[in-house]
Amino acid sequence: MKCLFVTVGTTSFDDLIACVSAPDSLQKIESLGYSRLILQIGRGTVVPEPFSTESFTLDVYRYKDSLKEDIQKADLVISHAGAGSCLETLEKGKPLLVVINEKLMNNHQLELAKQLHKEGHLFYCTCSTLPGLLQSMDLSTLKCYPPGQPEKFSAFLDKVVGLQK
Amino acid sequence: MVCVLLAAAAGAVAVFLILRIWVVLHSRDVTPRESLSILVVAGSGGHTTEILRLLGSLSNAYSPRHYVIADTDEMSANKINSFELDRADRDPGNMYTKYYIHRIPRSREVQQSWPSTVFTTLHSMRLSLPLIHQLKPDLVLCNGPGTCVPICLSALLLGILGIKKVIIVYVESICRVETLSLSGKILFHLSDYFIVQWPALKEKYPKSVYLGRIV
Repeated sequence: MKCLFVTVGTTSFDDLIACVSAPDSLQKIESLGYSRLILQIGRGTVVPEPFSTESFTLDVYRYKDSLKEDIQKADLVISHAGAGSCLETLEKGKPLLVVINEKLMNNHQLELAKQLHKEGHLFYCTCSTLPGLLQSMDLSTLKCYPPGQPEKFSAFLDKVVGLQK
Repeated sequence: MVCVLLAAAAGAVAVFLILRIWVVLHSRDVTPRESLSILVVAGSGGHTTEILRLLGSLSNAYSPRHYVIADTDEMSANKINSFELDRADRDPGNMYTKYYIHRIPRSREVQQSWPSTVFTTLHSMRLSLPLIHQLKPDLVLCNGPGTCVPICLSALLLGILGIKKVIIVYVESICRVETLSLSGKILFHLSDYFIVQWPALKEKYPKSVYLGRIV
């Protein structure tokens, strides 16, 4: 049973939610082999009606304390460009597709998504190109994301503050 | 005559202040120590997640840990509490590690206009200065939420007034690949160590510290 998780973080991204929950998209998602779609919609005003048929389930919620579980059980995560969501997904080794909110001008979050895309860790698109990309992208081409090294930070800090071992 | 004297006095004060700021920012004598108190400025959402990752790598010598959050930010408070609980669970021997959460008003709500930002920053400063003065942390660690500017200014002021030299460490968010955040642009000049996480920023700001990706 393949699961697709869509997350907009603490903000709202109505265009994305409307796009993935449109009948066409649902059909496409199902045809790609997903039998479950989970939407985390934040404070959005587009609130699709959850449903469950024999072959497909749609779940919708606003927030959870931790998205860890939903990311963990997903086979693909579609996310807004927020750093938190992107990094959490990549660290769990999940394929990630970032959808850029064109309505947010000067959105500095794009810098990170673009860079991670350049390095081959994720796909990215806008709402209008999402359906096409869902169809055409090959998840096996994504490179795995090496974890950050906070221990380098602690070693640096220990040294500059004069901490005795 | 009075005018000239006043101007001279003002000039002298200005020169003294500038010298003092220079001295405070350039004093890097490393005092050996076994522990130090740390004040962490946690922002909203992603900022908090990032800074908790950095904190996760620090030993228990960084204690007590004081967290400053925006007064409306319950989500960060929850994240901090669960981070600290986790930490205590992993290290049951260390019963005495203490942490405290302090709340101050946000210096800028998202989409607030710039002129009103100045006022809210001053307002935050009025609240953060007494807090910093009371806590007198050895180290301030922050990564870019608006709240960190008044906090760092207050910490710097303790140094300028000769009350305490607080080490200010700024870690620019992983989101910043090519440009600094507004807080970053301000605190680049006011921090003791300014850490960036992408090579493009290190090139643009040679004085920054680049350790690779640390979150």
